[in-house]
Amino acid sequence: MAYSRIKENTIHGLFFFNGVLVIVVLVGIFVLLITKSMPAFKEISLLHFLFSFKWNPTASFVEPSYGIWSMIVSTFMVSIGALFIALPLGVGTAAYLSDVASYRVREIFKPLVEILAGIPSVVIGFLGIVLVGPVIAKIFRLSNGLNALNGAILLAIMALPTIISLSEEALKGVPKSFEEASLALGATKWQTLTRVKIPAALSGIIAASMLGMGRAIGETMTVLMATGCALAMPKSFLDSVQTMTATIAIELGEVPYDTTHYYALFAIGLVLFIITFVINMISDIILHKYQRVIK
Amino acid sequence: MNRLRKIIVFLLIGLFSAHLCWAKDMIQIKGSDTLINVVQKLAEVYMAKKPGTMIAVTGGGSGTGIAAMINKTCDIANASRDMKASEVEKAMAKGVDPKRVVVAIDGLSIVTNAQNPVKKLTIDQIGKIYRGEITNWADVGGENLPITLYGRQSNSGTYDFMKEVVMKGEYSSALKSMNGNAQIIEAIKQDKSGIGYVGVGYAKDASGITVLDVARNPALGYYSPLNSADVKSGKYPVSRPLNQYINGIPTGVVKDFLEFELSSEGQAIIEKEGFFAIPEEYQRYNDSTLGRSYEVSQPLAGKVRSVQGEYAK
Repeated sequence: MAYSRIKENTIHGLFFFNGVLVIVVLVGIFVLLITKSMPAFKEISLLHFLFSFKWNPTASFVEPSYGIWSMIVSTFMVSIGALFIALPLGVGTAAYLSDVASYRVREIFKPLVEILAGIPSVVIGFLGIVLVGPVIAKIFRLSNGLNALNGAILLAIMALPTIISLSEEALKGVPKSFEEASLALGATKWQTLTRVKIPAALSGIIAASMLGMGRAIGETMTVLMATGCALAMPKSFLDSVQTMTATIAIELGEVPYDTTHYYALFAIGLVLFIITFVINMISDIILHKYQRVIK
Repeated sequence: MNRLRKIIVFLLIGLFSAHLCWAKDMIQIKGSDTLINVVQKLAEVYMAKKPGTMIAVTGGGSGTGIAAMINKTCDIANASRDMKASEVEKAMAKGVDPKRVVVAIDGLSIVTNAQNPVKKLTIDQIGKIYRGEITNWADVGGENLPITLYGRQSNSGTYDFMKEVVMKGEYSSALKSMNGNAQIIEAIKQDKSGIGYVGVGYAKDASGITVLDVARNPALGYYSPLNSADVKSGKYPVSRPLNQYINGIPTGVVKDFLEFELSSEGQAIIEKEGFFAIPEEYQRYNDSTLGRSYEVSQPLAGKVRSVQGEYAK
């Protein structure tokens, strides 16, 4: 008796510890980012940091400058671009899987979509260099295809599994009675899908795409390889861009410790953290609202 | 039974990895992307000759390699540039005494697409192009085509060398930063409007690109980095020493490996990989670093520095 209770308590404690650990890690990362990035703002004004175009911390012939605005714009261009490509594709696939596909096709398709999520980002980046880039260059008659559009297409591929799985869940979650009522009123299957089921699952789909975008914003290797990494302010999707993640990845490896440059890189990390945090939170709120509506 | 088997497997894995970690003759080499292929080749030949030694060569850029040496996470740092004063200071503060060995000479090659009619440039023109002051090939005798700039990321020694020695100014913000020499070659092959810079070892056998002839000044004539005599004599204006940095005067396997690199066999491998063997001044400089002959010291070090200074002109 006593033995089993000890066992019970131990296991209880263990799980509690695990749960707390996650929170400790999260808070730890947040605190680390804040403490490491604060010293940067002794030397750089926050306004200059966020809204100035020029990032050149290793300048030796002019004053170093630490503006990340073009990187913020680049990051959003690439990830929102990815969303525009992935959303119709993803929702289309999800609708097909949940409503049109036969049982057998679905059972083959779904694991395939999951496999897509498992492809390493370096491989996708490589695809961007050797396949997507040259195709873009040919279509738009450019000298090269290393640009924001390339990054957006690749990130769309990476966001697809998330969007497909979650959208499919959302479509499945629409009560059967909605569908039955629609069909009984004489609507075709297509009308039912586009005018009843998708609108009913909309908040779930939005949440799915937000999560997909959250992933796209944080993605590093793919954009590092495929977007050309130029720091100039992009004028269109056909310009080379350098995202915030790429800058951190490139520069953190060799930056001298405890310099303004070092702190500024952590500040970029903090900005990135806040952006993804807000996006995840919004998607979470939408998701909860949606679950309540359906119930 | 099953559990027993699992335990045995884990024990074996543990023993095996412990063996790897504690193998005495393990050398970690890290740094320059320009040097990685040639040092990898040298390491392979060396390991074949001396069974039981393990040499791991990784890239990441000169800055990354030097940082690793300062933090004592690698034995040898490959660097395609010299250590900066700030890095030396940092090393000293951590009790690391950086010593430099010059292992090869590189003729930094300026490359363009094979279809580009421009076949030669002056240092001044290259500087203007990378600083963003010349943006069209027509301005340097080519077609009316905007120039696309390819360069390296800021952790690259080649990036620094270009900036400090060739351009003497800041890069244009339109520069596309690529991940390594091979990626620049790949991009230039596809991009008719592109210009890039790579270590000569990467340019030598690549197809679809032109390695430009470069002049210090048009009156002095244009020279190609593919011609080893012109690089060694300094007529080709953008040659540079490729360095390896170690902590203190080397001993044991590290010393043995460095000696191998500098031996005639090692230097022959370097030439075969497209880079150039080191001239006599550097050989003598290396002798003093490796502790071969202590009497040659300060005055010569000064001379070597002036040799380096010459490329800057």
